[in-house]
Amino acid sequence: MDIAINTGNSKYHVDKNGYYGRFGGAYIPEMLYPNVEELQTQYFQILSDPSFQQEFDALLRNYVGRPSPLYLAQRLSEKYQANIYLKREDLNHTGAHKINNTIGQILLAKRLGKTRIIAETGAGQHGVATATVCALMNMECVVYMGSIDIERQAPNVARMKMLGATVVPATSGSQTLKDATNEAIRDWINNPIDTHYILGTASGPHPYPDMVARFQSVISEEIRKQLKEQTGSELPDYLIACIGGGSNAAGTFFHYLDEPSVKIVAVEAGGKGVHSGFSAATTQLGHLGIIHGAKTLLMQTSDGQIIEPHSISAGLDYPGIGPMHAHLYETGRGQFLSATDDEALAAAYELSKLEGIIPAMESAHALAKLKDLPLQKSDNVVLCLSGRGDKDLNTYISHMTK
Amino acid sequence: MQNRIDQLFAKKPNGVLNIYCTAGFPELNSTLPIMKSLQDAGADVIELGMPFSDPLADGPVIQDSSTLALKNGMSIPVLFQQLEGFRKEIQVPVILMGYLNPVMAYGIEAFCKKCSELGIDGVILPDLPMAEYESEYKTLFEEHNLHFIFLVTPETSEARIRKIDSLSRGFVYAVSSSSTTGKDKDMGDQSAYFKRLKNLQLKNPILIGFGIKDKKTFDAAAANANGAIIGTAFIKAVAESKDINKTIKDFIGSIR
Repeated sequence: MDIAINTGNSKYHVDKNGYYGRFGGAYIPEMLYPNVEELQTQYFQILSDPSFQQEFDALLRNYVGRPSPLYLAQRLSEKYQANIYLKREDLNHTGAHKINNTIGQILLAKRLGKTRIIAETGAGQHGVATATVCALMNMECVVYMGSIDIERQAPNVARMKMLGATVVPATSGSQTLKDATNEAIRDWINNPIDTHYILGTASGPHPYPDMVARFQSVISEEIRKQLKEQTGSELPDYLIACIGGGSNAAGTFFHYLDEPSVKIVAVEAGGKGVHSGFSAATTQLGHLGIIHGAKTLLMQTSDGQIIEPHSISAGLDYPGIGPMHAHLYETGRGQFLSATDDEALAAAYELSKLEGIIPAMESAHALAKLKDLPLQKSDNVVLCLSGRGDKDLNTYISHMTK
Repeated sequence: MQNRIDQLFAKKPNGVLNIYCTAGFPELNSTLPIMKSLQDAGADVIELGMPFSDPLADGPVIQDSSTLALKNGMSIPVLFQQLEGFRKEIQVPVILMGYLNPVMAYGIEAFCKKCSELGIDGVILPDLPMAEYESEYKTLFEEHNLHFIFLVTPETSEARIRKIDSLSRGFVYAVSSSSTTGKDKDMGDQSAYFKRLKNLQLKNPILIGFGIKDKKTFDAAAANANGAIIGTAFIKAVAESKDINKTIKDFIGSIR
């Protein structure tokens, strides 16, 4: 396993102070300092431990079902006139890439002697992945979820409850993902000794962005091997992933950041259009600020109040972006595009009909940009299909009948 | 001029009562009348909250007051307008408490300059890391005679408390338990922590906050420190009040 690979010489990975360029850091109240410091001083050591890696590896293989296939999508390739490979994170247990991180973090929590797990969730995917590993490890699990999201995502709420988790509605602020995250952080402040916070995305205070990226880096580690087997080269011409906070994107890009020949494309949620007032395209609409303990780009008013974003996909509906991605954007290492709700829906219907795969609404945003890239017939394109579309059926059905 | 916080502790080393209230709550223009009432009723320090959409360290009562204040139209520029000339009426030390993001949006340097012009004495920004304060902002705050006040908790190590004490000006804000504001945790078992703090003989005075809500808790905290801070209980009282001036008088009276 490469989760503890030394990235010290890379200008795209985290530096020793927890920053990516001018982004990152740990902007947290003193009440959280001992918890975050414990993680800062211990996470890398724990990840480097061969017995930890063995346990992580075995669970990913035997429980999650890894490696996930790298699938050359023939009809999609024909349509876009390039070799398009789909990294099938949708085939993981619980239906998305989220479980890679929750497996890693629960093993870490055990090593830190924690007995209680908290998490935030938007669409419910990370909540389900957390509830799943808590059941597996027999740990108490409390998931915070915005009360509006609880209404929108009833099946996932039921899943979490069936797995034994307590789902607590976040009733403050805008009652969605950012508020669920606030509530989880407040819980952690109030329960500093026994509780580990399994943050689901590549954001939050250092070391979360790097830690989550490392647990998700199994995605790009596998891509390198699989692509080599299938094409003779580890390096694709393009890597494409959707991005909200940026966990699947971080995993997809991780082992390619220092390969300049690989073009990195991140697709944000454009909502009803970037300048419609209903968007979640953070790099285009955001400014430097602090959200959930990270200095990064975020959508805010001129007075520094955080704006509630909009996307048809609850998983991309986040007003910030992980600090690693803010840095990739600012340095130009990554190209950041956005797909509207309508483009994503069309891409989801298209993949379903062409390949027999119903993608998650989030992943459909990445698919939606295939049409906008200047692809050559010989290009090898790897797109992270981060999740499956079961959870989005209601959305898909309601738009089919329109 | 000597900072008003230092003047206060020089004159009154014990039993200092600091009241927190959210600017723009319950109405946009409540800020100044409430400050005036607090001073008249005998509060020693006024801590004005600059409302933020995502206040991580606050419990539901202060959060709700912030949400309402934002809805009322409060912002840092609006607050600064309201505070124009307030020193003609208010003599007690005034501290601004808030989160880093709105202050960054205003511009940290411009913020310090404006605070100094208006006659603000101190600032609390719980999510500004100590290391970043030291390397980037310490000189700026000190040049503007603005005291930067740090928090310590029962979990803060002695070495870190000493470091915090060396960087803090005015006083050190001792959080009574590891919690968000307004949590009703038992103060009884905190006395060991308060004594430990006292025995460290810090250069700064100590005010205890979080969980102080009435005479009993105030006296318990004040016995072990230079005074205490009341926030949530005060916001609750104001939220339920029909006559804010009278409520404030009664509230402070019940603690003194």
